[in-house]
Amino acid sequence: MAKQMTIHLRVWRQAGPEAPGRLVDYTVTEANEHMSFLELLDVLNEQLIGKGQDPVEFDSDCREGICGSCGLMVGGIAHGPQRRTAVCQLHMRSFKDGDTITVEPWRARAFPIIRDLVVDRSAFDRIIVAGGYVSVTTGGAPDANALPIRKHEADEAMDYAACIGCGACVAACPNGSASLFTAAKIAHLELLPQGRVESERRTMAMVDQMAAEGFGDCSNHAECEAVCPKGISVAGIARMRRAYMKGVFAG
Amino acid sequence: MTSSGSLLLKALVSPVGRKVLTGITGAGLVIFVIIHMAGNLTYLLPGSDPYNLYAHKLMSFGWGLYVLEIGLATFFLLHAIIGVSIFVRKRRARPKGYKLYKSAGGASRMGLSSRSMIYTGIILLVFLVFHLISFKFGPDVGDGYVAIIKGEEVRDLHRLMTEKFKGPLYAFGYPVIMILLGLHMRHGVWSAMQSLGLTNPRITPIVYPLGLIMGAGVAVGFIVVPLTIYFTPV
Repeated sequence: MAKQMTIHLRVWRQAGPEAPGRLVDYTVTEANEHMSFLELLDVLNEQLIGKGQDPVEFDSDCREGICGSCGLMVGGIAHGPQRRTAVCQLHMRSFKDGDTITVEPWRARAFPIIRDLVVDRSAFDRIIVAGGYVSVTTGGAPDANALPIRKHEADEAMDYAACIGCGACVAACPNGSASLFTAAKIAHLELLPQGRVESERRTMAMVDQMAAEGFGDCSNHAECEAVCPKGISVAGIARMRRAYMKGVFAG
Repeated sequence: MTSSGSLLLKALVSPVGRKVLTGITGAGLVIFVIIHMAGNLTYLLPGSDPYNLYAHKLMSFGWGLYVLEIGLATFFLLHAIIGVSIFVRKRRARPKGYKLYKSAGGASRMGLSSRSMIYTGIILLVFLVFHLISFKFGPDVGDGYVAIIKGEEVRDLHRLMTEKFKGPLYAFGYPVIMILLGLHMRHGVWSAMQSLGLTNPRITPIVYPLGLIMGAGVAVGFIVVPLTIYFTPV
């Protein structure tokens, strides 16, 4: 038998991008420990719809922690209190019966609120468009091991490629910086031979776009790494800076 | 134009360039405070000669000293200007804050030191102005602060130090500021290394505690002299 729980929620409600928002209190009595946090919101929404009220808008898609759609500030922490977990994989067993949980959207000028907990993260897309790709003709799928890549480099590239672009790094950063996202995208390409050739040009273009989108500066708080559902290391940010300096001095 | 001036301008407008500049200037200032602290400790040697001699040697660098001073002033100003601009941009990047915000702990390096950089930095800058007025531009040979070392007249900085730190405002005010300097360095040392791309997952666990050791060491080194002066009976 799953343990039944009563959860009090304080949810940010905002009717539209320009509308003033506020925290609204709700209570869900039929929560249980095996529910994900998003399922708890689903239950809340059924309650609200039943009463003829507008449901709480939030983003989600795969609900298995890999698509990067979901993202909420849960109890003041991006994706909630459990480490390396997207909010869709955060289960109610991480909370106590009777807890009051504050739920807010990601807050950054570059991530404008669309409604309630939904934000527009297309700024990330534009950073990718600025240079997050490899522009050589790769042809068909190469034979396995045709291009030797050292094991530790392949592993490190994979660690950075694990970024799902959820935006938790920006949300948790006291400065609203997108450095961890941008660095992860730069690093996973830079570590592989196909991506290395364009590394400096790519880094400078993506960093410039990051600034143009209105993200803040990095202050090395490393809070981003702490909340990242994929545990991406701020070592990537150091790597981005090295590539950037190389780019500047290469002209 | 690919002069160093345009390179500096380019770096100043880029979020990564700003970090690199903050790191370079910060590292330079750390080296400066360590040398300054070591110099101050000569006060503790017996008699007034060692300290006055040290100060005199420094002053006799001539034009080299001016170059160093201009370089140092440039580092201070760049460091401060970029620091303030990072703070301004941070406010702009999140115009509406969270109702509830907490650190996730774990890998986070966020804490009192990292969150207070702008405040400790501004206090240190204001302190610097008063500090320079008190000592660098304080009473000199012409005002009767003369010591004779090997028949040569030198500025009696030892006497000025002693007089200043006999007063409780200096004796206890300076240590408070130096604790703030230590706090600034606690995050600053690691942050500078990270900003210059000198870190990786292997060395970060060594570099991060280094900030605490260096911050605490510099603070203690600077605090010892004022307290010794205050508590030493005349």
